[in-house]
Amino acid sequence: MSSLSATIQDVFNEPACAKNATKSAADRKKGCTKQLQPGGAAGGCAFDGAKIALQPLTDVAHLVHGPIACEGNSWDNRGAKSSGPTLWRTGFTTDMNETDIVFGGEKRLYKAIREIIEKYDPPAVFVYQTCIPAMTGDDINAVCKAAREKFGKPVIPINSPGFVGPKNLGNKLAGEALLEHVIGTEEPDETTPYDINIIGEYNLSGELWQVKPLLDELGIRILSCISGDGRYREVAYSHRARAAMMVCSKAMINVARKMEERYGIPFFEGSFYGIGDTSDSLRQIARLLVDRGAPADLLDRTEALIAREEARAWAAIAPFKPRFQGKKVLLITGGVKSWSVVAALQEAGLELAGTSVKKSTKEDKERIKELLGQDAHMIEDMTPREMYRLLKDAKADIMLSGGRSQFVALKAAMPWLDINQERHHAYMGYVGMVKLVEEIARTLFNPVWAQVRRPAPWDDPADTWQARADAALAAEAADPGKAEQARRAAGVCACKGVDLGTIEDAVRAHGLSSLDEVRRHTTAATGCGACASRVEDVLAALPALAAE
Amino acid sequence: MATVTHVKKACTVNPLKMSQPIGAALAFMGLRGAMPLLHGSQGCTSFGLVLFVRHFKEAIPLQTTAMSEVATVLGGYDNVEQAILNIHKRTKPEIIGICSTGVTETKGDDVEGYIRLVRERHPEVADLPLVYVSTPDFKDAFQDGWAKAVTRMVRELVSPPPPGIARDPGRVTVLPGCHMTPGDLDELRTILEDFGLRPSFLPDLAGSLDGHIPEDFTPTTIGGIGVDEVAGLGASSWAIAIGEQMRPAAEALQERAGVPFRLFPRLSGLEAADAFMMFLAEISGRPVPVKYRRQRGQLVDAMLDGHFHIGGRKVAIGAEPDLLADMGGMLHGMGAHITAAVTTTHSPVLAGVETDEVLIGDLEDLERRARERDCDLLITHSHGRQAATRLGIPFFRMGLPLFDRLGAGHLVSVGYRGTRDLIFALSNLVMADAELHHEATPDTWRVVDGDSLKSEGEAA
Repeated sequence: MSSLSATIQDVFNEPACAKNATKSAADRKKGCTKQLQPGGAAGGCAFDGAKIALQPLTDVAHLVHGPIACEGNSWDNRGAKSSGPTLWRTGFTTDMNETDIVFGGEKRLYKAIREIIEKYDPPAVFVYQTCIPAMTGDDINAVCKAAREKFGKPVIPINSPGFVGPKNLGNKLAGEALLEHVIGTEEPDETTPYDINIIGEYNLSGELWQVKPLLDELGIRILSCISGDGRYREVAYSHRARAAMMVCSKAMINVARKMEERYGIPFFEGSFYGIGDTSDSLRQIARLLVDRGAPADLLDRTEALIAREEARAWAAIAPFKPRFQGKKVLLITGGVKSWSVVAALQEAGLELAGTSVKKSTKEDKERIKELLGQDAHMIEDMTPREMYRLLKDAKADIMLSGGRSQFVALKAAMPWLDINQERHHAYMGYVGMVKLVEEIARTLFNPVWAQVRRPAPWDDPADTWQARADAALAAEAADPGKAEQARRAAGVCACKGVDLGTIEDAVRAHGLSSLDEVRRHTTAATGCGACASRVEDVLAALPALAAE
Repeated sequence: MATVTHVKKACTVNPLKMSQPIGAALAFMGLRGAMPLLHGSQGCTSFGLVLFVRHFKEAIPLQTTAMSEVATVLGGYDNVEQAILNIHKRTKPEIIGICSTGVTETKGDDVEGYIRLVRERHPEVADLPLVYVSTPDFKDAFQDGWAKAVTRMVRELVSPPPPGIARDPGRVTVLPGCHMTPGDLDELRTILEDFGLRPSFLPDLAGSLDGHIPEDFTPTTIGGIGVDEVAGLGASSWAIAIGEQMRPAAEALQERAGVPFRLFPRLSGLEAADAFMMFLAEISGRPVPVKYRRQRGQLVDAMLDGHFHIGGRKVAIGAEPDLLADMGGMLHGMGAHITAAVTTTHSPVLAGVETDEVLIGDLEDLERRARERDCDLLITHSHGRQAATRLGIPFFRMGLPLFDRLGAGHLVSVGYRGTRDLIFALSNLVMADAELHHEATPDTWRVVDGDSLKSEGEAA
């Protein structure tokens, strides 16, 4: 366990993370991810995160060392696509039983690796540690090492048991495993000045293939994508790339940063969601490659391609603009997609009713503020109930979100479009953004919404649940006391259960002006610390009071 | 009659099995105003949540005690306490169903003790129904978790009726196994009501996960059987258990409230449906309604039409024991051969499956057997899709999870009508496959090299 906790501490210390840089040493030690509250949480574990990050490597056998729950309940449930091998979609698990727990599961694990190599002969086996063998002390590093020596094949331990933290931490621990055991262990047959790595892209719904043709046209080669449609060998020789792009916010920032440190591969953080973002990313790739010695004409060729593709995309989107006039979107998603999709939606003429910043970093939030202005209605940690109210209040005409929150919108008979990993459509690059706009239009103007909103013909229109809910909302609006009560009841610190009203009262009563003072008086932001920026927002909104 | 064997291999490949705690959690979802709570790491809950959302295409209430590594080592009292208080505060449930997981069982958390202590320390939850069920991931399977949870509900929630009280002759408790879909439950409810009976289902997924638009938004289950109604189940004149898995729950109800029970291991197929109808006629004292006499005729006709397509088929089935027994029995009755059968966990019902061998194994085993034995129909849950593609044989999705087609909750297999429609669906699948892959050509029956006939498979 000691080496795992050392790795976790190392990951928490990530210097390239802007969010981390603003923290105190003590906060940094606590970790970059929110500790979840018992009974009030929903989200994957560190094992889930590690598997999400690595499973798109298509020719690898992904073996889960744990009881049936970890693999049996979840295998083959991601929308990543492969251009060839299918082994990654095969579920492998040691399915530990009581005997393995009492006597240890190492022997079973070793045999399982042997069976996989004998039956499937993959270029590598990845072994995922889970909570129970971590508790009982199964040493997967030792088993993997023994298997590697015996079978002459890479057998890679992925040390990310679920209970060490949430998904986000698992992403990073997966990256650490690649850095320690895979990257730099093989050499490519040939290299070119146009070789790049794409880090943190999973090729969901095949979306990488919406961008790859453009890179192909420019002669830019994806030496390794970590991990969408990736192959083991490509990751092993990815250290020979000339430049890297890191997508998906901070999920694998440690991989990008350490590859820069170790192999001198410069990287930038970019996105292929949205027209402007796609163009910027292409420009940055070209610039980094030219800086590293690629012929300078790449820049001009890239500009020409961008001009052509943007014009094509705008022409395809233009007909939708009048139809989207005055339509409002509620965007519930995490991290990087908040700001990159916001820009794209505005390009199509839609207004934002709000966006969630649950998984976004402070930097992400700043970007959203830039895009939407200071009044941006950022919906932090919205509960399903609040989402539902917001939708029903007709502040939004359509909700874009991940699969988990979809039913709130669907049950409220509100147009809804899936934009997270379970979605069926690919939305990357120029063609992807046109597709997103088409899908929004198809959803928004589907006559089904009007039909499903109709009460049953035998219902009293004044006594439907919509009518009752509307009446309750109207009563609340008419009574400023109630509205104020609702506003003050909004939760700020989930760990300590502190609401907005309590913080405002404390600020008023004691003339507080700093985060630390609020912490002392209310215990807000003394748990995981993730709400510190919200407390600062509250302070900023009450300057006059603090001065009194 | 089948022998039950266990695979001898260290690595499960393409799991058929899912874990106990989520089976138990699903059972709690059949209670009204319920919040199931898994005592384990947050991933245990998250995986279950995603699985059910993909299957039912509904909002799923499911919470976690979010055990961290440190909490796991120190013991989970604080997490259980916080979780109960938070759920109580945030979602006002009528009941919380707590299921342990592998992590907390390995540590040995005394959850029953925790619950007593939480009740003592926090008067606001002293009377909140909290039902705990022990469901370690490293033992048994989904079906077992469901069965254990229902047994615990009976023991914890049903009030023993006062001695000497007259039973309500129209009142029947139905204890459905987890292989029953919400559609099956609705079909059964209609049948029982047509006999003038008043059934209560424990659990009742038809009320909670049948895809209806609720009257208002709530984070707990909507519909399902209420805790108050469960308390009164002891007044039933009969209990009907569906699937061998429900025997312990039925026995618990008998023991606790003296309710006699009849267990139906199967409800699909003519004989099974006949037995069910005659039992209802007997306990209700009413003749079988005309509606069902007609439906029986329709089923007989469907069997005659369908046997051309289903008869002689070599079927590979992967399912939990009770679903395997139910489908295996129905298909055997249609003349199909259960050529490969794989299941998840032990059950007395397996020995009676009409095949030589039932293997407790995974979908890799099922796929290999299906290939070796030339099966031409695959029946299992959605995870069989990759195997079906590789085998190139028609694939009928059944069981849970069923995430890549719509209508999982409304697939009906019980009674005359359910069996009739199932026979049509299976026959149509086989016919479509024949049209696509097995159309006759001039070379289909040509003798090549004097001895080898081109098989139909090769012609495709």
